Amino acid sequence: MSSNAEQTLQFDQIRLPPEAQALREEVRTFLAEEVAAGTFDPHSGGQGDDFDRAFSRRVGARGWIGMTWPKKYGGHERTFLERYVLTEEFRIANAPTRGHFIADRQSGPILMKYANEDICMDVLPRICRGECCFCIGMSEPGSGSDLFAARTKAEKTEGGWRINGTKLWTSGAHHADYMIGLFRTSPPTKENRRHGLTQFLVDMTLPGITVNPVPQMTGSLDFNEVVLEDVFIPDSHMLGDVDMAWTQATSELAYERSGPERFLETFYVLVGLARVLEDNPDTRGAEGLGRLVAQLHTLRRMSVSVNGMLQAGKEPVLEGSIVKDLGTAWEQALPARARDLAAFANPQSANIPSFRKQLEHATLIAPKLTIQGGTTEILRGIIARGLGLR
Amino acid sequence: MTNDLDLQSLILESATRILRDSCDPQTVNVAFGDGWKEPLWRDLEESGLTLCWIAEDKGGAGVPLAVGFEVLFVAGRFAIPVPLSETMIAGWLLSAADIPVPEGSITLSSQPSRQSVNVDASGKLSGTVTAVPFAGEADYLAVCAPGEGGPIIALAAMQDCTPATKSSFSGDPKGDVGLDGVIPVASAPMPFEMNEEALLMFGAAARSRQIAGALQAILDLSVSYARERVAFGRPIGKFQAVQHNLARLAGEVAAANAASGSACDTITRAGSFDETVFLEAASAKIRAGEAAGEGAAIAHQVFGAIGFTQEHVLHRYTRRLWGWRDDFGSESEWAEKLGRRVVDAGADELWPMLAAR
Ligand SMILES: Cc1cc2nc3c(=O)[nH]c(=O)nc-3n(C[C@H](O)[C@H](O)[C@H](O)COP(=O)(O)OP(=O)(O)OC[C@H]3O[C@@H](n4cnc5c(N)ncnc54)[C@H](O)[C@@H]3O)c2cc1C
Repeated sequence: MSSNAEQTLQFDQIRLPPEAQALREEVRTFLAEEVAAGTFDPHSGGQGDDFDRAFSRRVGARGWIGMTWPKKYGGHERTFLERYVLTEEFRIANAPTRGHFIADRQSGPILMKYANEDICMDVLPRICRGECCFCIGMSEPGSGSDLFAARTKAEKTEGGWRINGTKLWTSGAHHADYMIGLFRTSPPTKENRRHGLTQFLVDMTLPGITVNPVPQMTGSLDFNEVVLEDVFIPDSHMLGDVDMAWTQATSELAYERSGPERFLETFYVLVGLARVLEDNPDTRGAEGLGRLVAQLHTLRRMSVSVNGMLQAGKEPVLEGSIVKDLGTAWEQALPARARDLAAFANPQSANIPSFRKQLEHATLIAPKLTIQGGTTEILRGIIARGLGLR
Repeated sequence: MTNDLDLQSLILESATRILRDSCDPQTVNVAFGDGWKEPLWRDLEESGLTLCWIAEDKGGAGVPLAVGFEVLFVAGRFAIPVPLSETMIAGWLLSAADIPVPEGSITLSSQPSRQSVNVDASGKLSGTVTAVPFAGEADYLAVCAPGEGGPIIALAAMQDCTPATKSSFSGDPKGDVGLDGVIPVASAPMPFEMNEEALLMFGAAARSRQIAGALQAILDLSVSYARERVAFGRPIGKFQAVQHNLARLAGEVAAANAASGSACDTITRAGSFDETVFLEAASAKIRAGEAAGEGAAIAHQVFGAIGFTQEHVLHRYTRRLWGWRDDFGSESEWAEKLGRRVVDAGADELWPMLAAR
């Protein structure tokens, strides 16, 4: 890992370059037009269904999916900092990115690293056009934090693999065209319990795949159970080396951990709080708001810095994990902090009813923020390893 | 660019060497008396660090602001127990105001916006300068006061002033200094169109950088200790609860480092003390101050009883971390100001403000 006790944590001074800020203006204009056209409600706080294929296509047409990827795959070879700005603006606007975000953030990069060239040439350009939605098939009923307990089986057959088992909590599986699935190809060995899992590209239209929605406590239909029965996957769709997934996708890369989506999920609550305090804030409200703004500003500077260091070819792995840990904890705590701070706001404020609604929604979704994509406990273990403790 | 980086690493290496030799916190901690202070200050002066922000043609080292801020990070790593940052800031202001900077240490108020100092027609200073770090120890005091044509900066000899001998809980003295018709050594209009608010921002950024350095030091100490100290047959760093505490400490250290680094960098490049500098300085002082509190608590928990002793070095850092939180605006003071600005600008301006850079 990248650090030991003698190194300081490093955050290079990165400012968003003019081209990134110019892009921000373009993105804002685009999103304003989409809102005006009724595509989505920016004040929903992400309450609506965030899948909209037509919208994803328009985003793709702008060149805003896979924007850092090589041109030969339909990408645009732009910088991580430009992608950073785009992600921020889409998140702040509560734009419906379900149709492309997962593919853009992690599935595409995994394919580029581990899929054969034919698949890359076939799938990646479609992702970039906003035509290809991905889901992540890692968790199972008996395997969450402990990924290496995965039991869904891939058995070798002629020309490919036969898959049987169940994936769980698979976000967006009901919309997805593909899944990147983690399946058991061999039993673990005595020396290495992580051995024996392999990643595959799974076409979700294949016979034998059933997607059953699992309603969330908010009422949303977002994640699913995916049952795989005798699903045949050709050899060419294996990603990387057989049994070796533990060396591949086991730890996300720093840029998957440290993006602005890791701290902006409940941002609308902060704006709502400022609005409620607008006429004549009490001292406690002003002080509390100021702290939250300072904390968010700091998270943002950390995240921009990590993305800038990645762009410069560095590997701020420890710093990236820290951004996710601090960021998810912050966005999770925000609704409760805002609720306290608004307690003595002018009860006649016309902004209270909409703030209440935002608060209720954010409070309901808050629990997931430190679970999805790896729990706080698992993340802190990773940070401890980076510190040289494990 | 490369030259700047070379210069920076040279200066930081020299600062590290001096502080390691003359101000090793463990050595200082068990030393009898203050005998180490004078040689430490002499070494710092001889190396040019104390006057590093003064231009070369005015007798200083002409070090860029950015590099000086990193010196303060290093100083924090050694729990600096002498008025290095105060002398650097005062020297920078005085020399920019064309006041010759004397040898010796200079201090200034850590609450520049709360002064009640008057300058009479003959230039004599009266009133109280509050919360002055190293009040009784420093040789000089730099005083900001309202003058006829705008704020002025004056240099007074400490021996002409009346420092209250109030000991600070940080381990270094801090107290009010009374001025009873003091004739300053020199005075001049404040440079850089600076006022007390701007000085508060500058001081906040500088102090946050020092806090970040001290936090990095307690992270290093805590991680090493967790790998060595054995309980129940294994190093305590193998226990998950301890690992998670240290991961949280690393998060606080990272936040203080990023926030303070960004604020110092911003001041270095800014043309004036504008809204951007305000957001950066306020955020740095708030977040570093919070990290100081959280971080010190975690480090003490990791060390157990040994860290609660006089003999152990940890308190040299943690006491200063607690004390430095109050200098140049506490978390709460800055947060209240920042919150009001956000509200005054309107909720719709919040995101554009954050996303501007
Ligand atoms: C909204 C949402 C969307 C999701 N989307 C997807 C998806 O698209 N694809 C997918 O594959 N998965 C998805 N997940 C699943 C997610 O990755 C898992 O929930 C997560 O990894 C935790 O696994 P678990 O729920 O089985 O909890 P468990 O692993 O059973 O953990 C329960 C508790 O025990 C703690 N714990 C477990 N092991 C340790 C340990 N070693 N040390 C200390 N504490 C430990 C955990 O931190 C947690 O607090 C999603 C989850 C949510 C909430």
